Amino acid sequence: MKSKRPLKVLIAKAGLDGHERGALVVAMGLREAGLEVVYTGIRNTPEQIVASAIQENVDAIGLSSLSGGHMAQFQRVIEVLIQEKVKGVLVFAGGIIPDEDVKRLRKLGIKAVFGPGSSIASILAFLRKNLK
Amino acid sequence: MTEPQEKPGRFPFTRGIYPTMYRERLWTMRQYAGFGTAAETNRRYQYLLAHGQTGLSMAFDLPTQIGYDSDDPLARGEVGRVGVAISSLADMERVFKGIPLDQVSTSMTINATAPILLALYLVVANQQGVPWSKLNGTVQNDILKEYSARGTYIFPPTPSLRLVADIVEFCAKEVPGWNTISVGGYHMREAGCTAAQEIAFTLADGIAYVQTCIERGLAVDSFAPRIAFFFNCHSNFFEEVAKFRAARRLWAHILREKFGAKNERSMVLRFHTQTAGSTLTAQQPDNNIVRTTLEALAAVLGGTQSLHTNGKDEGSVIPTEESALLALRTQQIIAHESGVTTEPDPLGGSYHVESLTDRLEQQARDQLHKIDNLGGMLKAIESGYVRREIYRAASKHQQAVEAGEKIIVGVNEYVSDQPLKAKSQPVDPRLEPRRRRELAALRKKRNAGKVKQCLATLEKAANSSENLMPVLVDCVKSHVTLGEICRVLRTVFGEHRPSHSV
Repeated sequence: MKSKRPLKVLIAKAGLDGHERGALVVAMGLREAGLEVVYTGIRNTPEQIVASAIQENVDAIGLSSLSGGHMAQFQRVIEVLIQEKVKGVLVFAGGIIPDEDVKRLRKLGIKAVFGPGSSIASILAFLRKNLK
Repeated sequence: MTEPQEKPGRFPFTRGIYPTMYRERLWTMRQYAGFGTAAETNRRYQYLLAHGQTGLSMAFDLPTQIGYDSDDPLARGEVGRVGVAISSLADMERVFKGIPLDQVSTSMTINATAPILLALYLVVANQQGVPWSKLNGTVQNDILKEYSARGTYIFPPTPSLRLVADIVEFCAKEVPGWNTISVGGYHMREAGCTAAQEIAFTLADGIAYVQTCIERGLAVDSFAPRIAFFFNCHSNFFEEVAKFRAARRLWAHILREKFGAKNERSMVLRFHTQTAGSTLTAQQPDNNIVRTTLEALAAVLGGTQSLHTNGKDEGSVIPTEESALLALRTQQIIAHESGVTTEPDPLGGSYHVESLTDRLEQQARDQLHKIDNLGGMLKAIESGYVRREIYRAASKHQQAVEAGEKIIVGVNEYVSDQPLKAKSQPVDPRLEPRRRRELAALRKKRNAGKVKQCLATLEKAANSSENLMPVLVDCVKSHVTLGEICRVLRTVFGEHRPSHSV
């Protein structure tokens, strides 16, 4: 059903961190590749991110973090998604995220974590593969 | 081409702000550092002071930067993470316990809440019996670049500019040794803009501050010498050297011709430099030592007044002690072994560097002209123009890297299988609950009537045009917290809501 329209992705920054270069470059790159991208800016609460995802009916949510708040923030996003009974939305992340946290985030249900130096092409390939 | 008569230490200071530069005095090696709690920060400062350092650098956590107390729900997960958490006078007292404020200079990397942090510092000075005239230090107090990059703004640009000017005006009278604004291009460059844009956007922010203060009725020569700058030093070696030279020349002309400054100290562009964190790679991290060395050398050849060299791991984590030491040693080797300090502006006269300087100056002038046509920097920021320009450049860079047009060693060329390794830096999980308890105790213990009265006075003052600094000093003295002050100011000024359009 979703395959008719272009893939729709929400890119969001959770928490108070304002470093948005990574998030914006990914958002712009995905849009250039033909995806529909919603960027919600900095300082979103997990609740706001999930509300936007529901309202925009997105296929995937990309979470970005640089300043170390990712565990608390991303975990909360997953909790709220479950709470709101949101199903079938792919969640991925990017930013400065240490290896051991990557493992923990994967366990929480975050499908992939893109570290520094990742290409837009690799994110695109990941999305296309997982959203078929 | 350059005017052949340009000399180091002479207008327009293209070749450096002093006639002899490092031959007489080296740049200040100032490494930025931040720690979780007030007590830890105090211990670190005591250690540094015992080892002969006199300049302290203060990094704050995000809640402190954005005006939330440590016990605010929005602070969850962020307390003490990227710097020290300061919510009340008790925290500031703890940071500077046993540190005589007349014997140190303190550089605070703080913007939206700079007036509050400065007020806290002043009250601690009072308690120590140190007159404000004996205080030395800096507040970054450069809110405009926060709208363009990094994002630690609270209020809309216009009331924010008022707060900037409140500090400038107040310090000119009461704290004459204080550096009131450090106009930064660093963050915009990290966010992706070009060298020419870094000059233009930084100087445009500087122009907006000078204009605001002049509109306030201050004489340009009474405050301009207290404005300093903070630049990035990126990877393109000669372009960076030329950038510093062009920025100096341009600022000197702007101050003299646009603002009628008479005092040469007003025209001189003094600046701190940090090597570019965004050029560091997580892949093959040892390569970063080489990158930082080249960038630091360019900053020195460009005539910086102080320098932070990044640790090789600084792109991903707060540097380990070992990498922080190596970063400092890098500066020391440039200073004492390389021989580049013997002549001021040693690249001056090189055809390549002089023509690059002229070209960057011209490109920056064109960009400044564009900003003028948009109605000035405030308008350019409010309309999202500056942000768009920065992120367009960032996106272009990413495309060039992915297309292989731009080579990043270890990332898109000369790649090895060496896995990425970034250790997590766990903040003590007991910190946030402890901070909540401390603040609950404080709110119980203090004089509630006095607090209410202070906040009412603050609200009234914020609604008028009076200088808020004296009011803020009274507030923090009565143990009103940073979050409480900001809540009042948020109601009066509103909050900045950027457009997110990409």
